[in-house]
Amino acid sequence: MSGWARAIGVFAMLATVVAGGAVQAQNSERPAFVFTGIPDQDEARLVERYGRVASYLQQKLGVPVRYLPVKNYSSAVTAFSNGEVQLAWFGGFTGVQARRLVPGSQALAQGAEDAAFRTYFIANTRLGLVKAADFPRGTAGRTFTFGARSSTSGRLMPEYFIRQAFPDKTPDEVYARIGYSGEHSRTIQLVQSGVFDLGAVDYTVWDLDTKAGRVDPEKVNVIWESPPFANNQWSVRGDVDHTWGKGFSDKLRQALLGMSDPVLLAPFGRSKFVPVTNDAYAPLIAVGKTSGMLD
Amino acid sequence: MLSARLRPASYTTVSLWFLAVALAALLPADLHVTSLSPWADLRRLLDGLVRPEFVAVEAWSVVYTVAFAVIGVTLGAGAGFLLAIPFARFRSVRLVCACLRAVHELFWALLLMQVFGLSAATGILAIALPYAGICAKVYSEIIEEADLSALRVVPYGTGAVSAFVYARLPDVAASLRHYTLYRLECAMRSTLVLGFIGLPTMGFYLESAFRQGRYGEAGALLFVFYLLIGSRRLWVRARTVPVLIVASLLLLPKTVGSTEVWPSLVRFVTQQIVPSPLRQGALLDPATWSRLWAWTQPIVTQQILPGAAQTLVLAQIALVATAIGALVLFPLTSRRFAGRLGQPAGRVLLVVVRSTPEYMLAYVLLQNLGPSMLPAILALSIHNAGIVGYLMGRHADGLPYRPDAPTGLNLYAYETVPRLYGQFLAYLLYRWELILRESAIFGILGVATLGFYVDAAISELRIDVAVVLIAATVVLTLCVDALSRALRKALRIDTLPMRLSQPMVKGAGG
Repeated sequence: MSGWARAIGVFAMLATVVAGGAVQAQNSERPAFVFTGIPDQDEARLVERYGRVASYLQQKLGVPVRYLPVKNYSSAVTAFSNGEVQLAWFGGFTGVQARRLVPGSQALAQGAEDAAFRTYFIANTRLGLVKAADFPRGTAGRTFTFGARSSTSGRLMPEYFIRQAFPDKTPDEVYARIGYSGEHSRTIQLVQSGVFDLGAVDYTVWDLDTKAGRVDPEKVNVIWESPPFANNQWSVRGDVDHTWGKGFSDKLRQALLGMSDPVLLAPFGRSKFVPVTNDAYAPLIAVGKTSGMLD
Repeated sequence: MLSARLRPASYTTVSLWFLAVALAALLPADLHVTSLSPWADLRRLLDGLVRPEFVAVEAWSVVYTVAFAVIGVTLGAGAGFLLAIPFARFRSVRLVCACLRAVHELFWALLLMQVFGLSAATGILAIALPYAGICAKVYSEIIEEADLSALRVVPYGTGAVSAFVYARLPDVAASLRHYTLYRLECAMRSTLVLGFIGLPTMGFYLESAFRQGRYGEAGALLFVFYLLIGSRRLWVRARTVPVLIVASLLLLPKTVGSTEVWPSLVRFVTQQIVPSPLRQGALLDPATWSRLWAWTQPIVTQQILPGAAQTLVLAQIALVATAIGALVLFPLTSRRFAGRLGQPAGRVLLVVVRSTPEYMLAYVLLQNLGPSMLPAILALSIHNAGIVGYLMGRHADGLPYRPDAPTGLNLYAYETVPRLYGQFLAYLLYRWELILRESAIFGILGVATLGFYVDAAISELRIDVAVVLIAATVVLTLCVDALSRALRKALRIDTLPMRLSQPMVKGAGG
């Protein structure tokens, strides 16, 4: 049997070399400062948005800055929690998820609009609904699409408002069909094309897509505007000062707050960035717990 | 003989049972087309696909797709080969291999991502782990099937390795090579699909292109992909393999961030996958175990049971749809039915169909038809009917016919199909497990199969729940596999060829 042992040994060596090569490929480059963002809307806009932010931050921070594109919200949280990225543009809820996993991490800055953020409930116009001040209770039994599963304005808060309007019922008991579109631009497209009757969408994305001419007012309209809640923010890991030197996170916060160029801000749909702390998101933790999305 | 008289009857019985189950499954299945203008959308899609924009293709994504596949298969096939040796002797090895392959590449990737992030390691291991399980099983089957006459004349006292290398390997080398090349083709499809969840392969750009409606770019990417698969025999040769492996290693994508692999791995094993009640409470405290029960119960009743039911509903309908599709399609690839000119055209069609990853097909159809089970059924049955049809076509041309055999529909209905029916069932029963595995995965796209709940658990960062759900898909897959094996044995079709890469037995299945 020693022959087999040798064969296994040779294979193990080969495997080690291969694995070593893979690790080598990972470590050969000088660690750059890497950030990501939740893919919450049209991808072309994300590329534009983060490309500009990367070169802006590189100039302000004086270190190489790279953007890691991700396909869904949970990958952004995972990348933050396992140290692949140090900074991320999160939604309210994904920020909470990420900071719970990384001790010492903190929310640095939010958009001026994020302190009192809103969700729009939108409907296909064939339903013949008009905008009203009260929650659209008459839409029960229709089909409804959320955004991404862990979106704040696309899932967490709309679900909370649905549960408030229909006590003791879950959204899939209220509506005939529940979907998760993945992102807000897609939600608008799905309601516009009639695949779903209703949807919940981030109001800044609705405004951006309306300006871009991608919303057909003949086919889809806003029927309800939610009460305000806290949303998106830039969050940073606690270990950046250790890696890039003392005071790095303050420098980073200043750089983020200093983004005043409309070219940088426009793809975010934000007027400016303002300071924020982790405490601003405590209400979202409570909401997450009531709907069972957080332990 | 009695058994000979029973056989045709039991083919019919089994077929009718499957048909009945599929018809019953249609009742709870949701088959709505919710899109208001599905045909307009599909026409735009086809329009773009026939006008590919090659400048838009991200060349590195093509390189990464090949590199991930080559290294994934190298590791998977290497480990599979070593596992194939004790495979027949040890039950534990068989069980480990069965579990490795019962977990879909995408599920592996979702779990590995927690540790390795969106890095090359995630992509490679997501291929290598399940492929080690599959290769171990198939290699061991190939070795078992081999001719033993050379081994019998090996002198007494020859070492095990020498005996294997000189007396057995030459006999099975061709089959092993053939199968490994086929695995590489599968791995290319798998790596492409991994791009849909964020790895930098062609799927990453395909997903964007489909989502944004840039169908010209999608068409170009697909064309390049079909070309890669179609030409694999030209670029994968004995001499090029070492070059391919080394080049793939050198060209692997540089990870953007540096993951802390070790702490992530420790956290994954000691925290993330441990059920949360056990993580928080003391193990000796009975209250911990009652909390574990309270934790498990809703997962079983609200996620596993409905998810498994939907997975089975989808799989059974797709299996029968595959059967019907294959029966309709296979004459296209048979010279006797399609003629000298029609046959190559039919073959190209079915090769294209089988090279199209089901997951991508389901993604595209779901976008255009709206969220229901229908797109998933279509995607599964188109892909699998392509494969089974292609194989059946080869068998149909291998049958010896009498010179005065009828032609056309008469030949098809009264001679070809009856003679090949056993073979046909063997293929379908073999693909049953694969269809089930894929049905579970489609949940990630929004159909309420088990993958739907896995996706939910991952997005709520409940990796412990995701692991329980994935374990449930493994159990379901193993049950179907066992049932399929038992049925094949009962129908006495268990010795017929089943794999795509397997050489045909002349005139088999009569």
